[in-house]
Amino acid sequence: MFAIVLAVLVLAPFVVVGAAAFSGSWNGVFPSDPTTSHLRDALSGDELASLTVSLQTALLGGLLAVVFGTWAALASRTASAPLVRFTDALYHLPIAVPSVVVGLGLLVAFSRPPLLLNGTKWIVVIAHLVLMVAFTYGTVAAALQRTDDAYADVAASLGASPARVLWQVRLPMLRPAIVSAASLSVALSMGEVGATIMVYPASWRTLPVSVFALTDRGQTFVAAAESLVLLAVTVVLVVTLDRLRGRAVER
Amino acid sequence: MAVEALNFQVAPSNKGRQSKRSLWLLPPILLLAALVVYPLVLVATESFTGGLATWREVVGSTEFRNALIRTIQISVTSTIGCLIVGTFLAAVISFVPFPGARIVSGVVDAMLSLPSFLVALSFTFLYGTAGVLGSLAGGFLTTPWAVVLAEITFYTPFVMRPLLGAMARIPRVQLDVAASLGGGPWRVLSKIVLPEVKPALVAGGSLTLLLTLNEFGIVLFLGARDTTTLPMLVHTKGIVMFDYPGACVIAVVQILLSITLYAVLRSALGGRRARLD
Repeated sequence: MFAIVLAVLVLAPFVVVGAAAFSGSWNGVFPSDPTTSHLRDALSGDELASLTVSLQTALLGGLLAVVFGTWAALASRTASAPLVRFTDALYHLPIAVPSVVVGLGLLVAFSRPPLLLNGTKWIVVIAHLVLMVAFTYGTVAAALQRTDDAYADVAASLGASPARVLWQVRLPMLRPAIVSAASLSVALSMGEVGATIMVYPASWRTLPVSVFALTDRGQTFVAAAESLVLLAVTVVLVVTLDRLRGRAVER
Repeated sequence: MAVEALNFQVAPSNKGRQSKRSLWLLPPILLLAALVVYPLVLVATESFTGGLATWREVVGSTEFRNALIRTIQISVTSTIGCLIVGTFLAAVISFVPFPGARIVSGVVDAMLSLPSFLVALSFTFLYGTAGVLGSLAGGFLTTPWAVVLAEITFYTPFVMRPLLGAMARIPRVQLDVAASLGGGPWRVLSKIVLPEVKPALVAGGSLTLLLTLNEFGIVLFLGARDTTTLPMLVHTKGIVMFDYPGACVIAVVQILLSITLYAVLRSALGGRRARLD
């Protein structure tokens, strides 16, 4: 009974998408006409371009989100209590608001002076940055609460400058949290669709938006193949980032 | 006098350092103010460009009212489903020894960061006209139930994760004693496990309620005619019909709905708010 519920609920979707990616048609209970042509379609032309767009957006947006999330978490450690509460609420706002609304806001705000970003790739990167920074801030702030301030205090009392304490004590201690924040934001960014579909220009179409365009046109098998590519690339990125964390712990 | 002078000197210097330290928070605050608060404020002002006329027109339309009701219906139903399925799965993983339990909880963790539209996409093969269950489930894909089932599939791990953590903290002895005194599995679950994990259930359930209220990917991909939710309506009005003021009105309603729920949850859960992230 447990196995059935688990299989139907959790695993079936991925098995089905994976199977569809390799089949020519699906008219009965099982897929038929095994083929790799969908996968080839998914890795050529426009679809390949979306993959590189998604990778660039996820890496750039993720990097910026990690930098600002970590910065906000570190700075709010020493700031006054009301200010910390304010920052906390501000950085949770993008989680509470639907991504479509975040996208609409960016569209309205940056289609007019002083900043005209509508139609450029930067509006997509900003959307991803805004959505991911909430998660990186949360992850790093939670880790900061668990770390012992004594190390940093001792380093400071021994005469280390604040910059040196930050660079040689605080950041190395937070490295596992920063790495997991990075892999979380890259994974979420690769699959982001709500805000992206509101703001993307034709020249900067991410992978999930391409998958939607394909399903909308009825090319569900190519869409499945492309989703499989999306999954594979995300897993590779997350595993690579996780390796970084593993080595950090060993040291 | 000397002491007073000393105090007078010490206090401002501390304050000076505090405010200097607080200055470091300024750039991250300004960033979010420019990229989140400013756009949302513009959305609110844009919704009033036609005065109250746009509001009256949008809020009065049956399209909006149906979407609002649909959104809440789908969200509440999915959350209840997630809670039932999530509790069942978490209890089995935690208390019934079977090989691969750790792998399963690893899969649960991984699912949290996957895109929701994958589930919706797989449904077109599972329940579509030419799919696995196509002949049995004819027309299922175009009903709101398809969206509910997809959301239960996707959001159950969000309920399971806090539950797994809470269940791991229940001492096994407590369960063994209850069982040895003749309590059946259901009785042990309802009398001992559920009261223990209630905070985790509340945290997971409320997070799911918020996320399903805001869910867009699944509804977009399933694209059923009768299943228009508020986020979907924002997209249709804004991008397909280029009706920015109309889209902004719906966005403001959605923001109020989500933020109110989020604020209520955070204050109700208090110290547990980390779980909401």
